[in-house]
Amino acid sequence: MTNTLHRYGSAESFSDDYIVFAIPARGINDSGAVEKQRRFLEIALKHNPINIGDASHGSALRSSKDLNPVVHWRRDSNRNFTAVLNSIANPTTVAAVFDKPENVVAFLKELKQANIGLSINISGDLEKARTCARSAGIERHSVEYSLGFFGQTDRMADRQTLELSTMCGHGMVSFGLARKLREWVRQGRRSPEQAATTMARFCSCGVFNTTRACRLLKKD
Amino acid sequence: MSICPMQAIAVDTTSNRAQVNRDECVECYACYNGMSMERLNPTIIRSIRSLLKLFRLRFDPEPDVCPTSAITPEELSWPRVVRRAFSDPVVTHESTGVHGRGTEEVKTNDVTNRVGVGEVGYVVEFGRPTIGVRFREIEKMTMALSRIGIEFEAKNPVTHMMSDRRTGKLRDDVLDEKILSAIVEFKTTVAEMPVVLRRVEEVAKTLDTVVAVGVSTRCDDRGDSALDSILVDEGFSFVRGKTNLGLGSLCLRERSARSAG
Repeated sequence: MTNTLHRYGSAESFSDDYIVFAIPARGINDSGAVEKQRRFLEIALKHNPINIGDASHGSALRSSKDLNPVVHWRRDSNRNFTAVLNSIANPTTVAAVFDKPENVVAFLKELKQANIGLSINISGDLEKARTCARSAGIERHSVEYSLGFFGQTDRMADRQTLELSTMCGHGMVSFGLARKLREWVRQGRRSPEQAATTMARFCSCGVFNTTRACRLLKKD
Repeated sequence: MSICPMQAIAVDTTSNRAQVNRDECVECYACYNGMSMERLNPTIIRSIRSLLKLFRLRFDPEPDVCPTSAITPEELSWPRVVRRAFSDPVVTHESTGVHGRGTEEVKTNDVTNRVGVGEVGYVVEFGRPTIGVRFREIEKMTMALSRIGIEFEAKNPVTHMMSDRRTGKLRDDVLDEKILSAIVEFKTTVAEMPVVLRRVEEVAKTLDTVVAVGVSTRCDDRGDSALDSILVDEGFSFVRGKTNLGLGSLCLRERSARSAG
Protein backbone atom coordinates (compact mmCIF):
# COMPACT_ATOMS: atom_id res chain seq x y z
CA MET A 1 0.00 0.00 0.00
CA THR A 2 1.36 3.40 -0.94
CA ASN A 3 -1.57 4.67 1.04
CA THR A 4 0.33 7.63 2.49
CA LEU A 5 2.95 8.34 -0.19
CA HIS A 6 1.08 10.79 -2.40
CA ARG A 7 -0.63 13.11 0.07
CA TYR A 8 -1.30 16.42 -1.62
CA GLY A 9 0.03 19.65 -0.19
CA SER A 10 2.98 21.95 0.31
CA ALA A 11 5.88 21.22 2.67
CA GLU A 12 4.28 23.62 5.15
CA SER A 13 1.00 21.69 5.05
CA PHE A 14 2.82 18.56 6.29
CA SER A 15 4.21 20.27 9.39
CA ASP A 16 1.90 18.26 11.67
CA ASP A 17 1.75 15.06 9.65
CA TYR A 18 3.89 12.08 10.66
CA ILE A 19 2.76 8.51 10.05
CA VAL A 20 4.85 5.75 11.55
CA PHE A 21 3.98 2.25 10.46
CA ALA A 22 5.17 -1.31 10.95
CA ILE A 23 4.96 -4.04 8.34
CA PRO A 24 6.20 -7.64 8.19
CA ALA A 25 7.85 -9.03 5.03
CA ARG A 26 5.82 -11.98 3.84
CA GLY A 27 7.66 -15.25 4.30
CA ILE A 28 10.64 -13.64 6.06
CA ASN A 29 9.63 -12.12 9.38
CA ASP A 30 5.86 -12.54 9.47
CA SER A 31 5.78 -15.35 12.01
CA GLY A 32 4.56 -13.98 15.32
CA ALA A 33 3.71 -10.72 13.54
CA VAL A 34 0.40 -10.27 15.36
CA GLU A 35 2.10 -9.95 18.73
CA LYS A 36 4.80 -7.68 17.28
CA GLN A 37 2.18 -5.43 15.70
CA ARG A 38 0.28 -5.22 18.97
CA ARG A 39 3.52 -4.32 20.76
CA PHE A 40 4.17 -1.57 18.17
CA LEU A 41 0.77 -0.01 18.84
CA GLU A 42 1.10 -0.38 22.62
CA ILE A 43 4.36 1.58 22.49
CA ALA A 44 2.78 4.14 20.14
CA LEU A 45 -0.06 4.76 22.57
CA LYS A 46 2.42 5.98 25.19
CA HIS A 47 3.37 8.86 22.90
CA ASN A 48 0.03 10.52 22.15
CA PRO A 49 -0.86 9.44 18.62
CA ILE A 50 -3.90 11.16 17.13
CA ASN A 51 -4.98 8.03 15.25
CA ILE A 52 -3.94 4.40 14.99
CA GLY A 53 -5.07 1.60 12.73
CA ASP A 54 -4.73 -1.94 11.50
CA ALA A 55 -5.07 -2.02 7.71
CA SER A 56 -7.14 -5.21 7.81
CA HIS A 57 -9.58 -4.36 10.57
CA GLY A 58 -9.93 -0.62 10.90
CA SER A 59 -8.88 2.43 12.83
CA ALA A 60 -9.61 4.08 16.15
CA LEU A 61 -12.40 5.98 14.39
CA ARG A 62 -14.67 3.60 12.53
CA SER A 63 -18.20 3.17 11.26
CA SER A 64 -20.86 1.37 13.27
CA LYS A 65 -23.41 -1.04 11.86
CA ASP A 66 -25.92 -0.56 14.65
CA LEU A 67 -26.50 3.11 15.45
CA ASN A 68 -29.31 4.74 17.33
CA PRO A 69 -31.11 7.66 15.56
CA VAL A 70 -29.95 9.96 18.38
CA VAL A 71 -26.58 9.83 16.64
CA HIS A 72 -27.62 12.76 14.43
CA TRP A 73 -27.55 15.00 17.49
CA ARG A 74 -25.01 13.26 19.71
CA ARG A 75 -22.29 11.53 17.74
CA ASP A 76 -19.54 9.80 19.67
CA SER A 77 -16.23 11.03 18.25
CA ASN A 78 -13.96 9.37 20.79
CA ARG A 79 -11.13 7.26 19.46
CA ASN A 80 -11.41 3.61 20.41
CA PHE A 81 -7.74 2.59 20.65
CA THR A 82 -8.58 -0.61 22.54
CA ALA A 83 -10.74 -1.85 19.65
CA VAL A 84 -7.75 -1.56 17.30
CA LEU A 85 -5.45 -3.44 19.66
CA ASN A 86 -8.00 -6.20 20.19
CA SER A 87 -8.84 -6.66 16.52
CA ILE A 88 -5.33 -7.40 15.21
CA ALA A 89 -5.58 -10.98 13.98
CA ASN A 90 -3.20 -11.46 11.06
CA PRO A 91 0.07 -10.09 9.64
CA THR A 92 -0.80 -6.68 8.22
CA THR A 93 0.30 -3.04 8.34
CA VAL A 94 -0.27 -1.17 11.58
CA ALA A 95 0.11 2.59 11.74
CA ALA A 96 0.20 5.43 14.24
CA VAL A 97 -0.29 9.08 13.25
CA PHE A 98 1.39 11.89 15.17
CA ASP A 99 1.07 15.66 14.92
CA LYS A 100 4.19 16.60 16.92
CA PRO A 101 7.79 15.69 15.97
CA GLU A 102 8.86 15.36 19.62
CA ASN A 103 6.32 12.57 20.07
CA VAL A 104 7.67 10.82 16.98
CA VAL A 105 11.24 11.01 18.29
CA ALA A 106 10.25 9.62 21.70
CA PHE A 107 8.31 6.82 20.00
CA LEU A 108 11.24 5.93 17.71
CA LYS A 109 13.69 5.81 20.63
CA GLU A 110 11.49 3.35 22.45
CA LEU A 111 10.85 1.32 19.29
CA LYS A 112 14.57 1.01 18.63
CA GLN A 113 15.14 -0.23 22.14
CA ALA A 114 12.22 -2.68 21.93
CA ASN A 115 13.61 -4.14 18.65
CA ILE A 116 10.30 -5.72 17.76
CA GLY A 117 11.53 -7.20 14.47
CA LEU A 118 9.31 -5.51 11.90
CA SER A 119 10.18 -2.97 9.22
CA ILE A 120 9.42 0.53 10.53
CA ASN A 121 8.77 3.44 8.17
CA ILE A 122 7.92 7.11 8.56
CA SER A 123 5.69 8.63 5.92
CA GLY A 124 5.80 12.41 5.70
CA ASP A 125 8.08 15.28 4.76
CA LEU A 126 11.35 13.51 3.90
CA GLU A 127 13.63 16.01 5.61
CA LYS A 128 11.52 16.16 8.75
CA ALA A 129 11.39 12.36 8.89
CA ARG A 130 15.17 12.17 8.58
CA THR A 131 15.60 14.73 11.34
CA CYS A 132 13.28 12.74 13.64
CA ALA A 133 15.15 9.51 12.87
CA ARG A 134 18.54 11.09 13.58
CA SER A 135 17.25 12.57 16.83
CA ALA A 136 16.37 9.02 17.84
CA GLY A 137 19.84 7.76 16.82
CA ILE A 138 18.72 6.08 13.58
CA GLU A 139 20.08 6.54 10.05
CA ARG A 140 17.54 5.78 7.33
CA HIS A 141 17.98 2.54 5.36
CA SER A 142 15.91 3.24 2.25
CA VAL A 143 13.82 6.09 0.96
CA GLU A 144 10.86 6.43 -1.39
CA TYR A 145 9.99 9.76 -3.05
CA SER A 146 6.59 10.92 -4.20
CA LEU A 147 7.08 12.61 -7.57
CA GLY A 148 3.43 13.66 -7.79
CA PHE A 149 0.71 13.25 -10.39
CA PHE A 150 0.91 12.99 -14.17
CA GLY A 151 -1.59 12.44 -16.99
CA GLN A 152 -5.14 13.82 -16.89
CA THR A 153 -4.63 15.93 -13.79
CA ASP A 154 -7.49 18.22 -14.86
CA ARG A 155 -9.80 15.42 -13.67
CA MET A 156 -8.57 15.92 -10.11
CA ALA A 157 -10.34 18.10 -7.57
CA ASP A 158 -9.25 21.56 -6.39
CA ARG A 159 -6.27 21.96 -4.03
CA GLN A 160 -8.20 22.17 -0.74
CA THR A 161 -10.31 19.12 -1.58
CA LEU A 162 -7.22 17.17 -2.63
CA GLU A 163 -5.40 18.02 0.60
CA LEU A 164 -8.25 16.40 2.55
CA SER A 165 -9.19 13.58 0.21
CA THR A 166 -5.65 12.26 -0.36
CA MET A 167 -5.21 11.66 3.36
CA CYS A 168 -6.77 8.30 2.57
CA GLY A 169 -4.57 7.15 -0.30
CA HIS A 170 -6.86 4.21 -0.91
CA GLY A 171 -9.44 6.74 -2.11
CA MET A 172 -12.09 6.01 0.51
CA VAL A 173 -12.54 9.73 1.24
CA SER A 174 -14.21 10.80 -1.99
CA PHE A 175 -13.84 14.22 -3.56
CA GLY A 176 -17.60 14.60 -3.12
CA LEU A 177 -17.51 13.96 0.63
CA ALA A 178 -14.52 16.25 1.18
CA ARG A 179 -16.19 19.04 -0.84
CA LYS A 180 -19.48 18.62 0.98
CA LEU A 181 -17.87 18.76 4.42
CA ARG A 182 -15.76 21.81 3.48
CA GLU A 183 -19.01 23.49 2.43
CA TRP A 184 -20.79 22.46 5.64
CA VAL A 185 -17.96 23.87 7.76
CA ARG A 186 -18.14 27.16 5.85
CA GLN A 187 -21.92 27.25 6.39
CA GLY A 188 -21.51 26.54 10.09
CA ARG A 189 -23.44 23.25 9.81
CA ARG A 190 -20.52 21.22 11.19
CA SER A 191 -17.41 22.12 13.17
CA PRO A 192 -13.98 21.39 11.62
CA GLU A 193 -13.52 18.68 14.25
CA GLN A 194 -16.81 16.98 13.34
CA ALA A 195 -16.02 17.16 9.63
CA ALA A 196 -12.52 15.74 10.15
CA THR A 197 -13.87 12.87 12.24
CA THR A 198 -16.49 12.02 9.62
CA MET A 199 -13.82 11.75 6.92
CA ALA A 200 -11.51 9.74 9.21
CA ARG A 201 -14.20 7.05 9.65
CA PHE A 202 -13.87 6.16 5.96
CA CYS A 203 -10.11 5.55 6.22
CA SER A 204 -9.86 1.93 7.30
CA CYS A 205 -6.05 1.99 7.75
CA GLY A 206 -6.22 4.69 10.44
CA VAL A 207 -3.79 7.03 8.70
CA PHE A 208 -6.18 9.97 8.25
CA ASN A 209 -4.70 12.90 10.16
CA THR A 210 -7.56 14.70 11.92
CA THR A 211 -5.29 17.46 13.30
CA ARG A 212 -4.14 18.38 9.79
CA ALA A 213 -7.70 18.12 8.46
CA CYS A 214 -9.01 20.48 11.16
CA ARG A 215 -6.25 22.97 10.44
CA LEU A 216 -6.96 22.86 6.70
CA LEU A 217 -10.71 23.21 7.25
CA LYS A 218 -10.27 26.21 9.57
CA LYS A 219 -8.01 27.89 7.01
CA ASP A 220 -10.40 27.17 4.12
CA MET B 1 -24.27 10.29 -3.14
CA SER B 2 -21.17 12.20 -2.12
CA ILE B 3 -19.56 9.32 -0.23
CA CYS B 4 -19.04 7.21 -3.37
CA PRO B 5 -15.49 7.75 -4.68
CA MET B 6 -16.70 7.07 -8.24
CA GLN B 7 -19.95 9.09 -7.87
CA ALA B 8 -21.66 5.91 -9.03
CA ILE B 9 -24.69 6.19 -6.70
CA ALA B 10 -27.47 8.63 -7.57
CA VAL B 11 -31.21 8.92 -7.05
CA ASP B 12 -33.14 7.81 -10.14
CA THR B 13 -35.78 10.49 -10.69
CA THR B 14 -38.28 8.02 -12.18
CA SER B 15 -38.26 5.44 -9.39
CA ASN B 16 -37.21 7.95 -6.72
CA ARG B 17 -34.74 5.37 -5.42
CA ALA B 18 -30.95 5.43 -5.23
CA GLN B 19 -29.38 3.38 -8.01
CA VAL B 20 -25.83 2.12 -8.46
CA ASN B 21 -24.25 2.57 -11.88
CA ARG B 22 -22.66 -0.87 -12.15
CA ASP B 23 -20.31 0.09 -14.95
CA GLU B 24 -18.80 2.94 -12.91
CA CYS B 25 -18.89 1.10 -9.55
CA VAL B 26 -15.43 -0.27 -8.68
CA GLU B 27 -16.66 -2.44 -5.77
CA CYS B 28 -14.53 -0.50 -3.29
CA TYR B 29 -17.16 -0.99 -0.57
CA ALA B 30 -16.67 2.58 0.71
CA CYS B 31 -20.48 2.73 0.90
CA TYR B 32 -20.76 -0.50 2.89
CA ASN B 33 -17.61 -0.36 5.02
CA GLY B 34 -17.42 3.40 5.54
CA MET B 35 -21.04 4.23 6.26
CA SER B 36 -22.64 3.63 9.61
CA MET B 37 -26.13 2.13 9.70
CA GLU B 38 -29.28 2.57 11.74
CA ARG B 39 -31.46 -0.34 10.55
CA LEU B 40 -34.64 1.78 10.47
CA ASN B 41 -37.80 0.83 8.61
CA PRO B 42 -37.52 2.06 4.98
CA THR B 43 -41.25 2.80 4.64
CA ILE B 44 -41.22 5.04 7.70
CA ILE B 45 -38.06 6.84 6.56
CA ARG B 46 -39.48 7.46 3.07
CA SER B 47 -42.75 8.74 4.52
CA ILE B 48 -40.94 11.18 6.81
CA ARG B 49 -38.76 12.39 3.94
CA SER B 50 -41.80 12.84 1.66
CA LEU B 51 -43.56 14.87 4.33
CA LEU B 52 -40.52 17.09 4.87
CA LYS B 53 -40.15 17.51 1.10
CA LEU B 54 -43.79 18.56 0.85
CA PHE B 55 -43.13 21.47 3.22
CA ARG B 56 -39.76 22.22 1.61
CA LEU B 57 -38.00 21.23 4.82
CA ARG B 58 -34.78 19.30 5.03
CA PHE B 59 -33.40 17.15 7.78
CA ASP B 60 -29.66 17.66 8.38
CA PRO B 61 -28.49 14.10 9.05
CA GLU B 62 -24.96 12.85 9.51
CA PRO B 63 -23.55 12.45 5.99
CA ASP B 64 -22.06 9.01 6.67
CA VAL B 65 -25.14 7.25 8.03
CA CYS B 66 -27.42 5.02 6.00
CA PRO B 67 -30.71 5.03 7.97
CA THR B 68 -32.17 1.88 6.42
CA SER B 69 -29.00 -0.23 6.04
CA ALA B 70 -29.89 -0.40 2.36
CA ILE B 71 -26.45 -1.36 1.11
CA THR B 72 -25.63 -5.05 1.19
CA PRO B 73 -22.55 -6.78 -0.25
CA GLU B 74 -23.02 -8.71 -3.47
CA GLU B 75 -21.49 -12.09 -4.32
CA LEU B 76 -19.02 -11.27 -7.11
CA SER B 77 -17.84 -13.60 -9.84
CA TRP B 78 -14.97 -13.43 -12.33
CA PRO B 79 -14.00 -11.00 -13.81
CA ARG B 80 -15.98 -8.50 -11.72
CA VAL B 81 -14.36 -9.81 -8.52
CA VAL B 82 -11.12 -8.21 -9.76
CA ARG B 83 -12.70 -4.81 -9.14
CA ARG B 84 -13.03 -5.52 -5.45
CA ALA B 85 -9.56 -7.05 -5.13
CA PHE B 86 -8.03 -3.83 -6.49
CA SER B 87 -10.42 -1.34 -4.89
CA ASP B 88 -11.41 -2.46 -1.40
CA PRO B 89 -8.41 -1.76 0.88
CA VAL B 90 -9.34 -4.37 3.47
CA VAL B 91 -9.24 -7.22 0.96
CA THR B 92 -5.98 -9.15 0.76
CA HIS B 93 -4.61 -9.84 -2.72
CA GLU B 94 -4.38 -13.62 -3.14
CA SER B 95 -1.39 -13.18 -5.45
CA THR B 96 0.81 -11.43 -2.89
CA GLY B 97 -0.87 -11.94 0.47
CA VAL B 98 -0.83 -8.17 0.98
CA HIS B 99 -3.95 -6.02 1.42
CA GLY B 100 -4.55 -2.57 -0.07
CA ARG B 101 -2.84 -2.42 -3.42
CA GLY B 102 -1.00 -5.61 -2.62
CA THR B 103 2.58 -4.32 -2.64
CA GLU B 104 5.38 -4.12 -0.04
CA GLU B 105 7.61 -1.82 -2.15
CA VAL B 106 10.44 -0.20 -0.19
CA LYS B 107 8.61 -0.57 3.10
CA THR B 108 10.24 -3.92 3.81
CA ASN B 109 13.44 -3.23 1.87
CA ASP B 110 15.53 -3.45 5.03
CA VAL B 111 14.53 -7.10 5.28
CA THR B 112 14.04 -8.13 1.62
CA ASN B 113 16.82 -6.01 0.02
CA ARG B 114 14.65 -5.89 -3.09
CA VAL B 115 16.07 -2.50 -4.13
CA GLY B 116 19.82 -2.45 -3.60
CA VAL B 117 22.49 0.24 -3.72
CA GLY B 118 22.69 1.63 -7.27
CA GLU B 119 19.15 0.51 -8.07
CA VAL B 120 15.84 2.36 -8.30
CA GLY B 121 12.45 0.89 -7.44
CA TYR B 122 9.40 2.38 -9.16
CA VAL B 123 5.76 2.47 -8.13
CA VAL B 124 3.60 3.71 -10.99
CA GLU B 125 0.08 4.04 -9.73
CA PHE B 126 -3.04 4.47 -11.87
CA GLY B 127 -6.41 5.95 -10.96
CA ARG B 128 -5.32 7.68 -7.81
CA PRO B 129 -6.62 9.91 -6.36
CA THR B 130 -10.26 8.90 -6.65
CA ILE B 131 -10.42 8.92 -10.45
CA GLY B 132 -10.37 5.19 -11.16
CA VAL B 133 -8.91 3.34 -14.13
CA ARG B 134 -9.69 0.47 -16.47
CA PHE B 135 -7.09 -2.24 -17.00
CA ARG B 136 -7.07 -1.31 -20.70
CA GLU B 137 -5.34 1.98 -19.75
CA ILE B 138 -2.85 0.24 -17.47
CA GLU B 139 -1.94 -2.12 -20.30
CA LYS B 140 -0.91 0.84 -22.49
CA MET B 141 1.71 1.73 -19.90
CA THR B 142 2.94 -1.82 -19.20
CA MET B 143 3.37 -2.55 -22.91
CA ALA B 144 5.18 0.76 -23.46
CA LEU B 145 7.51 0.04 -20.54
CA SER B 146 8.24 -3.48 -21.71
CA ARG B 147 9.42 -2.01 -25.04
CA ILE B 148 12.25 -0.27 -23.18
CA GLY B 149 13.25 -3.50 -21.49
CA ILE B 150 11.47 -3.24 -18.15
CA GLU B 151 11.03 -6.42 -16.11
CA PHE B 152 8.00 -6.26 -13.85
CA GLU B 153 8.08 -7.14 -10.15
CA ALA B 154 6.87 -10.72 -9.74
CA LYS B 155 5.24 -10.14 -6.35
CA ASN B 156 2.75 -7.58 -7.61
CA PRO B 157 -1.00 -7.97 -8.30
CA VAL B 158 -0.87 -6.25 -11.72
CA THR B 159 1.96 -8.54 -12.83
CA HIS B 160 -0.31 -11.45 -11.90
CA MET B 161 -2.90 -10.05 -14.31
CA MET B 162 -0.45 -10.27 -17.22
CA SER B 163 -0.91 -12.95 -19.86
CA ASP B 164 2.60 -12.17 -21.18
CA ARG B 165 5.05 -10.63 -18.74
CA ARG B 166 7.63 -10.09 -21.47
CA THR B 167 5.36 -7.75 -23.47
CA GLY B 168 3.31 -6.38 -20.57
CA LYS B 169 0.08 -7.72 -22.10
CA LEU B 170 -2.77 -8.08 -19.61
CA ARG B 171 -5.48 -10.76 -19.67
CA ASP B 172 -8.19 -9.91 -22.22
CA ASP B 173 -11.03 -10.76 -19.85
CA VAL B 174 -10.12 -8.02 -17.34
CA LEU B 175 -9.33 -5.16 -19.74
CA ASP B 176 -12.71 -3.44 -19.39
CA GLU B 177 -12.91 -3.82 -15.62
CA LYS B 178 -12.75 -0.51 -13.76
CA ILE B 179 -10.87 -0.31 -10.48
CA LEU B 180 -10.07 2.43 -7.99
CA SER B 181 -6.29 2.12 -8.39
CA ALA B 182 -3.45 -0.26 -9.14
CA ILE B 183 0.32 -0.14 -8.93
CA VAL B 184 2.86 -1.38 -11.47
CA GLU B 185 6.27 -2.10 -9.91
CA PHE B 186 9.70 -2.66 -11.39
CA LYS B 187 13.30 -1.64 -10.84
CA THR B 188 16.23 -0.43 -12.92
CA THR B 189 19.73 0.89 -12.37
CA VAL B 190 20.08 4.50 -11.19
CA ALA B 191 21.59 5.45 -14.57
CA GLU B 192 18.43 4.33 -16.38
CA MET B 193 16.06 6.39 -14.22
CA PRO B 194 15.84 9.57 -16.34
CA VAL B 195 14.85 7.62 -19.47
CA VAL B 196 12.27 5.57 -17.60
CA LEU B 197 10.66 8.57 -15.91
CA ARG B 198 10.44 10.43 -19.20
CA ARG B 199 8.73 7.41 -20.79
CA VAL B 200 6.25 7.18 -17.91
CA GLU B 201 5.45 10.89 -18.26
CA GLU B 202 4.94 10.60 -22.02
CA VAL B 203 2.63 7.60 -21.81
CA ALA B 204 0.69 9.08 -18.84
CA LYS B 205 -0.37 11.98 -21.09
CA THR B 206 -2.15 9.52 -23.39
CA LEU B 207 -4.14 7.75 -20.65
CA ASP B 208 -7.66 8.56 -19.55
CA THR B 209 -6.69 8.70 -15.89
CA VAL B 210 -4.15 10.11 -13.46
CA VAL B 211 -0.78 8.48 -12.80
CA ALA B 212 1.07 8.94 -9.51
CA VAL B 213 4.77 8.08 -9.53
CA GLY B 214 7.12 7.10 -6.74
CA VAL B 215 10.79 6.10 -6.86
CA SER B 216 12.87 4.49 -4.16
CA THR B 217 16.41 3.46 -3.41
CA ARG B 218 18.64 2.15 -0.69
CA CYS B 219 20.62 4.81 1.16
CA ASP B 220 24.33 4.67 1.98
CA ASP B 221 25.70 4.26 5.51
CA ARG B 222 25.20 7.96 6.23
CA GLY B 223 21.58 7.78 5.14
CA ASP B 224 22.21 9.71 1.91
CA SER B 225 20.35 8.89 -1.28
CA ALA B 226 21.90 8.92 -4.75
CA LEU B 227 18.57 9.97 -6.25
CA ASP B 228 18.30 13.47 -4.72
CA SER B 229 20.56 15.27 -7.16
CA ILE B 230 19.45 13.29 -10.23
CA LEU B 231 15.78 14.02 -9.57
CA VAL B 232 16.50 17.73 -9.12
CA ASP B 233 18.58 17.78 -12.33
CA GLU B 234 15.71 16.08 -14.17
CA GLY B 235 13.28 18.76 -13.00
CA PHE B 236 11.34 16.75 -10.43
CA SER B 237 10.41 18.32 -7.13
CA PHE B 238 9.76 16.24 -4.05
CA VAL B 239 8.78 16.91 -0.47
CA ARG B 240 7.01 13.84 0.72
CA GLY B 241 8.04 10.23 0.88
CA LYS B 242 8.58 7.15 2.96
CA THR B 243 11.61 6.65 5.11
CA ASN B 244 12.49 3.05 5.95
CA LEU B 245 14.40 3.11 9.24
CA GLY B 246 16.08 -0.26 8.87
CA LEU B 247 14.82 -1.54 12.22
CA GLY B 248 13.56 -4.82 10.73
CA SER B 249 17.07 -5.73 9.59
CA LEU B 250 18.44 -4.77 13.00
CA CYS B 251 16.49 -7.65 14.52
CA LEU B 252 17.51 -10.05 11.73
CA ARG B 253 21.20 -9.13 12.15
CA GLU B 254 21.04 -9.77 15.88
CA ARG B 255 19.32 -13.12 15.31
CA SER B 256 21.90 -14.30 12.76
CA ALA B 257 24.76 -13.12 15.02
CA ARG B 258 23.30 -15.17 17.88
CA SER B 259 22.94 -18.29 15.73
CA ALA B 260 26.50 -17.83 14.39
CA GLY B 261 27.82 -17.41 17.92
